[in-house]
Amino acid sequence: MAVEKMSIAKALNESLRKAMDTDPKVLIMGEDVGKLGGVFRITDGLQKDFGEERVIDTPLAESGIVGTAIGLALRGYRPVVEIQFDGFVFPAYDQIVTQLAKMHARALGKIKLPVVVRIPYGGAIGAVEHHSESPETLFAHVAGLKVVSPSNASDAYWMLQQAILSDDPVIFFEPKRRYWDKGEVDTDAIPGELHKARVVREGADLTLAAYGPMVKVCLEAAAAAAEEGKSVEVLDLRSMSPIDFDGIQASVEKTRRLVVVHEAPVFLGTGSEIAARITERCFYHLEAPVLRVGGFHAPYPPARLEDEYLPGLDRVLDAVDRSLAF
Amino acid sequence: MTVESTAARKPRRSSGTKRAAGAASARKTAAATAQPHDAEPQLVQLLTPEGERVEVDSHPEVAEFAAFVADVTTEDLRGLYRDMVLTRRFDGEATALQRQGELGLWASLLGQEAAQIGSGRALRDDDYVFPTYREHGVAWCRGVDPTNLLGMFRGVNHGGWDPNTNNFHLYTIVIGSQTLHATGYAMGVAKDGADSAVIAYFGDGASSQGDVMEAFNFSAVYNSPVVFFCQNNQWAISEPTERQMRVPLYQRAQGFGFPGIRVDGNDVLACLAVTRWALDRARRGEGPALIEAFTYRMGAHTTSDDPTKYRADEETAAWEAKDPILRLKAHLLASGGADEAFFEELEAESEALGKRVREVVRAMPDPDTMAIFENVYADGHALVDEERAQFAAYLASFEPAEEGH
Ligand SMILES: Cc1ncc(C[n+]2csc(CCOP(=O)(O)OP(=O)(O)O)c2C)c(N)n1
Repeated sequence: MAVEKMSIAKALNESLRKAMDTDPKVLIMGEDVGKLGGVFRITDGLQKDFGEERVIDTPLAESGIVGTAIGLALRGYRPVVEIQFDGFVFPAYDQIVTQLAKMHARALGKIKLPVVVRIPYGGAIGAVEHHSESPETLFAHVAGLKVVSPSNASDAYWMLQQAILSDDPVIFFEPKRRYWDKGEVDTDAIPGELHKARVVREGADLTLAAYGPMVKVCLEAAAAAAEEGKSVEVLDLRSMSPIDFDGIQASVEKTRRLVVVHEAPVFLGTGSEIAARITERCFYHLEAPVLRVGGFHAPYPPARLEDEYLPGLDRVLDAVDRSLAF
Repeated sequence: MTVESTAARKPRRSSGTKRAAGAASARKTAAATAQPHDAEPQLVQLLTPEGERVEVDSHPEVAEFAAFVADVTTEDLRGLYRDMVLTRRFDGEATALQRQGELGLWASLLGQEAAQIGSGRALRDDDYVFPTYREHGVAWCRGVDPTNLLGMFRGVNHGGWDPNTNNFHLYTIVIGSQTLHATGYAMGVAKDGADSAVIAYFGDGASSQGDVMEAFNFSAVYNSPVVFFCQNNQWAISEPTERQMRVPLYQRAQGFGFPGIRVDGNDVLACLAVTRWALDRARRGEGPALIEAFTYRMGAHTTSDDPTKYRADEETAAWEAKDPILRLKAHLLASGGADEAFFEELEAESEALGKRVREVVRAMPDPDTMAIFENVYADGHALVDEERAQFAAYLASFEPAEEGH
């Protein structure tokens, strides 16, 4: 067994390294991914070891990056592209939505597009505009794309390799405020399924479902609730498309209460879809309506207000209390 | 002046523009067969790095541009110098404030003062500016209080000034976007029959964005009064210009049907001249022009960046010899255009500016929490109202508990 403690950033780096070692068709593309190793250093050292033909510094053009990655994938490569920050994926949104997502269906399944689009996302790093957003729902809504987000180092390591192995395009959201969080990674383990939710804390009274950056907040909330005698289960969804409704259902049938937490705006967000489905599936099990905690229907605010905007421990606990009060 | 004559002009060459060898390895793939577009760039220059005026007579093309600054007096030169010095001081102060934790981030313009002040001083009040996020010197020329520029970097707002007060649009962070806004604005100017012009600033990296190429095309097709001012500071974060283009940027204009010109971006006088030329054309209804100001980002991309990872010290040192401020100072001293008293007075003014900037930034209050819900819509929105009320009630729920402490 090779268990190592490493940060999420390091786990992603190691994961890319392993994928490139294993399959010569795996390419990395993006702005500043070469010498600089990306603005978050996720690709640090890879160009040095794999060369400029496999770790490709691109022009500053997101539509170009994704569009050419599509072409490379058509030619048999497995490009892993880096979008520098969440807010800068939109010049590429056209290519992702109109081309990447649909080509497999249009070709009657004859072609595959194993493209991974890595996007550092979410707030709480004190950044300027367009560096803190959570646009995952905009991608999850598009058929043909898979959308995932790890919350810890082990998942970062394994989920990225699974995403690269996937023959479908995967939008891989990396919780940037957690890049420096450390955790254990077993590099020999047999990983779980990419789109399966995971119970990260057992509980009996209520389920908190989250993904990416909010899993840690929910774990803290569950610990705080435990001090008040409340037993809260925490579910790491891990995948926003597909969503593991069976996993959520199993937890909710046990706890009978569900609160979904994410940084993205609540309105028409992942939580809305989960609330609707779980209400359908678990109507007679639920003791309270499914509650959602997340961002507002407002632009992501300037950094000095982000602590208020982002769901923190208090807002999650408030929702826990409201649910338990039904 | 025809498209050909401007694109192919061959004025004075500036010396010492060769890149340091150490920084070249990242560019191997593109450089294999590419034109050595940056080896000895041809550019319009009126003031040499040593601070000497370029001989107008010996170069007809230089004479053409020199004519655009023939009216510039010694006092005007001192004014340009003052602008550059104060802008650099403001910028340095902001960098220091970021280091002290007062700003979350800062994008320094160090080294690009001449490009910004030269072009900025060419503008008329009724012209309209679309900047990116580094145009602090242009903002200065527009009369925007520099402390207003700091709000978004401190994290208290996303802009901080009314674009229409000084015809200086908000900073734009999504690379390239503003070039299309500028083009649309210019289309409006033309429709209105006004004779003002629009200027769009962007970087060499931005020139790779589809938006910028679409802006070129729209402006050409509609013959819009817009000047594209690219500050080619050689780097887009860690990517050198070779990663963005295969032919010199200014030459690209020709393919879209308008003139492009490369100017020594560290020569404030030449920048003033070529921008006046381009604005004049635009006002006369002759359509867009592209100016590539060949300059250098002397500092880091932003305060989050570490340029030692991707570029050589020798390169930076070579560009330091072409410092836009030292160049004009040398000229002013040699020509008797300014005396010691002038420089001393300016130093005192710099100090005062620095002090004011520090004070204003430290006193800048955090926004009210409920500002999150302000100005989301011009006409209001039921969902925003609902969330505002819910959040206010939520915040209020803490109040009694806090009184107990
Ligand atoms: C669409 C988009 N992609 C990526 C970024 C991240 N980014 C910010 S500045 C920058 C480099 C810009 O280089 P350039 O256009 O040359 O301007 P400079 O900063 O050198 O003035 C990048 C890649 C962004 N802001 N917008």
